Amino acid sequence: MSKANPPSFTLDGKTIPFGEGQTIIQAAMDAGVYIPHLCFNPEFKPHGSCKLCTVKADGRQTASCTQQAKDGMVVESDIKEINDERRALLQMLFVEGNHFCPSCEKSGNCQLQATAYELDMMSPHFDHFFPDRPLDASHPDYLLDFNRCILCSLCVRASRDVDGKNVFALSGRGIKSHLIVNAKSGHLADTDFSGDDKAAHVCPVGVILKKRVGFATPIGQRSFDEQPISATPHPVVKGA
Amino acid sequence: MTAPIKKLKVATTSLAGCFGCHMSFLDIDERLLDLVQLVEFDRSPLTDIKTCGPCDIGIIEGGLCNAENVHVLREFRANCTILIAMGACSVNGGLPAQRNHLSLPVILEEVYHAQHGLVDGFIPNDPELPLPLDKVHPIHEVVKVDYFIPGCPPSGDAIWKVLTDLLAGRQPELGHGLIHYD
Amino acid sequence: MVNQTNPHAAYLDPILARHRHNPADLLQILIAAQEAHGHIHTDAIDHLSAALDLPRAKIEGVAGFYSFLHLKPQGQYRVLFSDNITDRMLGNMELMNSLCSQLWVEAGKVSEDGLVSINTTSCTGMCDQGPALLVNNIAINRLTQERINAIAELIRERVPVSAWPAEFFAIEDNIRRRDILLDGHFQSGSALAALLQRGSDATLNEIKASKLRGRGGAGFSTGMKWEFCRNATGDAHYVVCNADEGEPGTFKDRVLLNGYADRVFEGMTLCARIIGAKQGFLYLRGEYRYLLEHLKAVLQHRRQQNLLGKGILGQADFDFDIEIHLGAGAYVCGEESALIESLEGKRGTPRNRPPFPVTHGYLNQPTVVNNVETFAATTLIAENGGAWYAGIGTETSSGTKILSVSGDCERPGLYEYPFGVTIAQVLADCGAHNTQAVQVSGASGVCLAPNEFQRRIAFDDIPTAGAFMVFDKTRDMFEVARNFIHFFAHESCGFCTPCRVGTSLLCNMMDKLAGGHGSPYDFAEIEKLNVLLQSTSHCGLGHSACNPVLDTIAKFRPAYDKRLAQKDFIPAFDLDRALSQARQMTGRDDTGAHLERNHEQS
Repeated sequence: MSKANPPSFTLDGKTIPFGEGQTIIQAAMDAGVYIPHLCFNPEFKPHGSCKLCTVKADGRQTASCTQQAKDGMVVESDIKEINDERRALLQMLFVEGNHFCPSCEKSGNCQLQATAYELDMMSPHFDHFFPDRPLDASHPDYLLDFNRCILCSLCVRASRDVDGKNVFALSGRGIKSHLIVNAKSGHLADTDFSGDDKAAHVCPVGVILKKRVGFATPIGQRSFDEQPISATPHPVVKGA
Repeated sequence: MTAPIKKLKVATTSLAGCFGCHMSFLDIDERLLDLVQLVEFDRSPLTDIKTCGPCDIGIIEGGLCNAENVHVLREFRANCTILIAMGACSVNGGLPAQRNHLSLPVILEEVYHAQHGLVDGFIPNDPELPLPLDKVHPIHEVVKVDYFIPGCPPSGDAIWKVLTDLLAGRQPELGHGLIHYD
Repeated sequence: MVNQTNPHAAYLDPILARHRHNPADLLQILIAAQEAHGHIHTDAIDHLSAALDLPRAKIEGVAGFYSFLHLKPQGQYRVLFSDNITDRMLGNMELMNSLCSQLWVEAGKVSEDGLVSINTTSCTGMCDQGPALLVNNIAINRLTQERINAIAELIRERVPVSAWPAEFFAIEDNIRRRDILLDGHFQSGSALAALLQRGSDATLNEIKASKLRGRGGAGFSTGMKWEFCRNATGDAHYVVCNADEGEPGTFKDRVLLNGYADRVFEGMTLCARIIGAKQGFLYLRGEYRYLLEHLKAVLQHRRQQNLLGKGILGQADFDFDIEIHLGAGAYVCGEESALIESLEGKRGTPRNRPPFPVTHGYLNQPTVVNNVETFAATTLIAENGGAWYAGIGTETSSGTKILSVSGDCERPGLYEYPFGVTIAQVLADCGAHNTQAVQVSGASGVCLAPNEFQRRIAFDDIPTAGAFMVFDKTRDMFEVARNFIHFFAHESCGFCTPCRVGTSLLCNMMDKLAGGHGSPYDFAEIEKLNVLLQSTSHCGLGHSACNPVLDTIAKFRPAYDKRLAQKDFIPAFDLDRALSQARQMTGRDDTGAHLERNHEQS
């Protein structure tokens, strides 16, 4: 191991330098190495809820988005054991909600779907919960389809921390956790949500959708048709 | 699986699906000629054989929305060594499962009684008709499924890839471009 | 905008004033609002949102997290049956069904006249005197069919809970074995006097020398925790007593707070002096709401004795006071960072750690969070010295441990032992016979089989937060594990994917086995889920959620094998029942209108 600056760790054998305070995934991303993730977005503080970015750091499993990088750390990510667990976590997300890709405008640009492709998820494996989650089409320009929500809370964080609005919040607990909006009616139209908000553009799945622009990009030319998510620089996603 | 000495028997069917996956199956085009060198078809819309005998591979399109679907699926599972779920409906319920957030009585009421323009509507009760299940299920929730080909429909290339992998004794793998859910 | 005519302002404004319009007190304000109105009305949220300058979605999000808070009207009488395995063993389900049928209400629903709602709740900490229930958050124990009949009558007659027979609300301490803590006579202020005489640094050294370790189960060195916190810089330091005793089968803190609250508060005050805190909190689980007035009285008495408040014991630089915060039905808040979130009036989601509470706790300031029993023990050390304390117990586990014993034994209750006591000794003392298993440290703890009964209660052998549930040979250990996994699914905070979805999946699979529909395939699935939950969950809840299943599989395998009735995979749901709605709608009942659930496969 080199003693020279900057400090570094190895990720699947590759040396990854890191800066002060960086977590494993942040350093890996800067070095152009992909670690699967959903609730992490480099523009936001790490959250650590989806657990897709789980890696083995010095033999111990941890979420790479919240684990601080340490000099000399040995990190394993793209290995069967971890990828099997990630795939199971994805399958959990798929059966928890209602993910009917053929009818989803986000299909082809969806990080959940693309990550599942990346990890060769051929089936949802578990029994489906088939929850009843009515959608909210009240807003003139945006649609909320809660069926696809994976509770990453990126919209909550974006609205609160960037837009200063608190349009979104999580309510409920456990398997009954769900996204709500800041209106007595419970409708997006009655909030101060705007298409210019950061929150309108951070959903990694197909919950927050701009109306009247669906399926504009032909199949075959969407972000993850062209290249797998592992080769797509974050967060340049068409239609996001 | 060892290399075939004799032709493998393959059966296919469509349950709560739209036959789109079977159409896509035909999209393997001239490779069908290669395929029939390797396999012979038992029950399938391609052969019009109505019951499934002992087979090496069973391919199921569509999920389960009624009692008949369950009977056919069980027949396949009982007769096929390898069972493959082909297409979104079979893999996760697909379009038919979009009714799952409604209760069956509400649906039947709406369709046969309440809908505008219906005169003297009644819910069909002929014993010949299969009864609908209260929810639509993907097939792996009812029988053990060995392999899955996602897609709505899966492309001919994806179906071909899975079949040829299996025939060659490999673990089927699709990879970028072939794996898709829409 | 504050609406002058908001009809909820009349009861909300005094509550808001009492909490100085502090948004960090949101949970306390919501609890009080519900006590005043029965539920948290949507118009009340308007008023709170304006008065606290909080978005209403945040308020709804907090209210939606806690089991005891309701955004919709509940019954005038809200009855919750404790549903720990010990309650089950004592027949709580039969009693609940009886009450439901007597009052014409379905469990989980509100009666049509709005009079009553009946449901289950997680262990209410009354396992030594169950079956137990809460009516409007007040505990009633030792339920019998006669008592249930009487309760049904009282509800039907609309008798206010305050006018119900006093003996219904009697709660026993059931202290069966006393050692240094439960036996020691305590003179209020004596530990503080010892501290002032010895000095803070020297007292901290005594605590370190005592080798006292946290009694919540994890066993971190109390002296080190206090030292880290004291050395951390911040605008203010805080002392928090974790009385969110939610681990199924644990009830020692309830007894300590009932009979030894003075000691607990004095321990908190010792900590405050050492780390330099002016504010402390006791976080009391909502199930122990009935202790609130008593605890407030103890605090008031201590203020009168100059043991709390400004210039404690005449020391000009020694100001400290304690506020009591109530929980509202969320086991996960027993995790210290979730507890702090809850103290701050938020959803009780465990934080990402590090940083730890000793440097970034309440309001991101250095905070000590200790268990009720830990604080009580520190008073003994202040009085008698660290060496004395370290001489009790074992090398790695000094002092005594209070066990909450329940289940199949003649004398359930509290047993205080020096660390190192064997399981067999406890079983003998509590009068347990034909014991098949002991679940130590609650649902998240460890399940011991008879060949392990010579093991000892100690941090390096069987660590425990205190629960000790005994199961005799008539009990079905599969059902024990199934009860616990239902508990975890109910209590999962929902933050991380594996715990949120995984605990529910695990529940469904255990239910499938219980229904006789399990096959070796399902068993393998359970084992896979166990591994995933352990390795990828966010906090201890998810990590330990599968422990009861893993332990009982390893030690009581026949209980599972007899559940694997099927050779091959069959569905988790009943296919024939899945046709019943269609049968009803069509009036058909011919053979084609049915499906066998269990179908012969190749």
